[in-house]
Amino acid sequence: MERHFDEELKDLKEKLLRMAGLAEDSIAKAVKAIKDRDEALVRQVFEQEEKINLIEIEIDEVCLRLLALRQPMAGDLRFITSAMKIGSELERIGDQSVNIAERTIELLKVPPLKPLIDIPHMAGLAQAMVVDSINAFINRDADLARRICERDDEVDQINHQVFRELLTYMMEDPATISRAVELILIGRHLERIADHATNIGEDVIYLVKGKSIKHHIEERGCKTS
Amino acid sequence: MTEPAKIEIRDLSFYYGSKQALKSISLACPANRVTAVIGPSGCGKSTFIRTLNRMNDVIPGVRVEGRILIDGEDINAPEVDVIDLRRRVGMVFQKPNPFPKSIFDNVAYGLRINGLRNARRIEEIVEKSLREAALWDEVKDRLGDNAFALSGGQQQRLCIARAMAVEPEVILFDEPCSAIDPIATARIEDLIQKLKMSYTVVIVTHNMQQAARVSDFTAFMMLGDLIEFGRTDVLFTNPANKLTEDYITGRFG
Repeated sequence: MERHFDEELKDLKEKLLRMAGLAEDSIAKAVKAIKDRDEALVRQVFEQEEKINLIEIEIDEVCLRLLALRQPMAGDLRFITSAMKIGSELERIGDQSVNIAERTIELLKVPPLKPLIDIPHMAGLAQAMVVDSINAFINRDADLARRICERDDEVDQINHQVFRELLTYMMEDPATISRAVELILIGRHLERIADHATNIGEDVIYLVKGKSIKHHIEERGCKTS
Repeated sequence: MTEPAKIEIRDLSFYYGSKQALKSISLACPANRVTAVIGPSGCGKSTFIRTLNRMNDVIPGVRVEGRILIDGEDINAPEVDVIDLRRRVGMVFQKPNPFPKSIFDNVAYGLRINGLRNARRIEEIVEKSLREAALWDEVKDRLGDNAFALSGGQQQRLCIARAMAVEPEVILFDEPCSAIDPIATARIEDLIQKLKMSYTVVIVTHNMQQAARVSDFTAFMMLGDLIEFGRTDVLFTNPANKLTEDYITGRFG
């Protein structure tokens, strides 16, 4: 039976999709801006973040209204609480893209340290994780969500690799320090983006299975119910 | 479920003539907990709750199969005195049904027919029961007034006080708030949660939010079958059965 409520849930889903699209695009633009040394892209990242923030507020309002007026139960209830959490994860992803853009402004003032390989690769992985996490949410796909959580390790490893490589640059030539630190921080921001995608994956698993896998709670044998 | 059961129902089937209203239901209502029974109209929830104090006995042509144990004793055994059973298992109905007597006499009625004659003792129990039913402060100065002078919500609390006066072990509520306003409903719900300190409570309600608010365990029934039984917080956030999910999210019913 199609309920009027389903329409409202669909609207909520669409808002999240729109927000996720902007967040994903911000990551791509932020990293492309470093690679292509393109200041116009940096400005677009800032603009998109403002849109993301506004959608987050809209999502919170819709969720609160649905909780108060519809008194949702079971799957509906889990959907709405997950939507609120995913909304704030996406907002954080937007913030991290802005952080990258801010670093980029500094980097654009000086000549490039080295050709960038690992950071764009990392950005590609993080971006794909965000896309998949939202697809998992929309399609209630717990398997896809679980795989996202596993992919987080790869991003962590590359981040570590980026750090070690830049450390050698800094040791060889202290004049590289300020640029290397900016790049290390960019690596760190991308790593955080992957963490937010992982959190979304965990929220999706809760949405579908009704069970929390956060903080490896199952492996530690904690009781969750 | 590890909590000790006050009421244990095993393979309970119930027939009105040839029509089967309950289909081999098994569940255990834990002691000092509120168990709610929910389900669409005609699912058998009222029939179910009425089997617990044999209120269905008065209907001709009915048949019970299976066992209902209270503290391990079969309540349908031939040696069981049904009047004594109903003293142990009290009931509050959908519509408040005070007797056409004074407020005091409504509560004292059960005590007197149980043979209590000591006036001081009766007064004590009436006061205690009215206090437990959260009605005392509203009626203490007019105990001699006719019970019909009370509001619907007050009448329902009077009926709860009347049920409690004879010190039952179990109190059954059959849609206790369907005829009263939201404020009075909130008071009764609050009261039900307090009652479980001293009693085992079973409540039938068509109001799912009410079941979610007041109960510790919930049974979901449909067409005479018990579909799902479990902790209320789990059943309303993550039901195991698709039918339960569809019902509590309003997809049918």
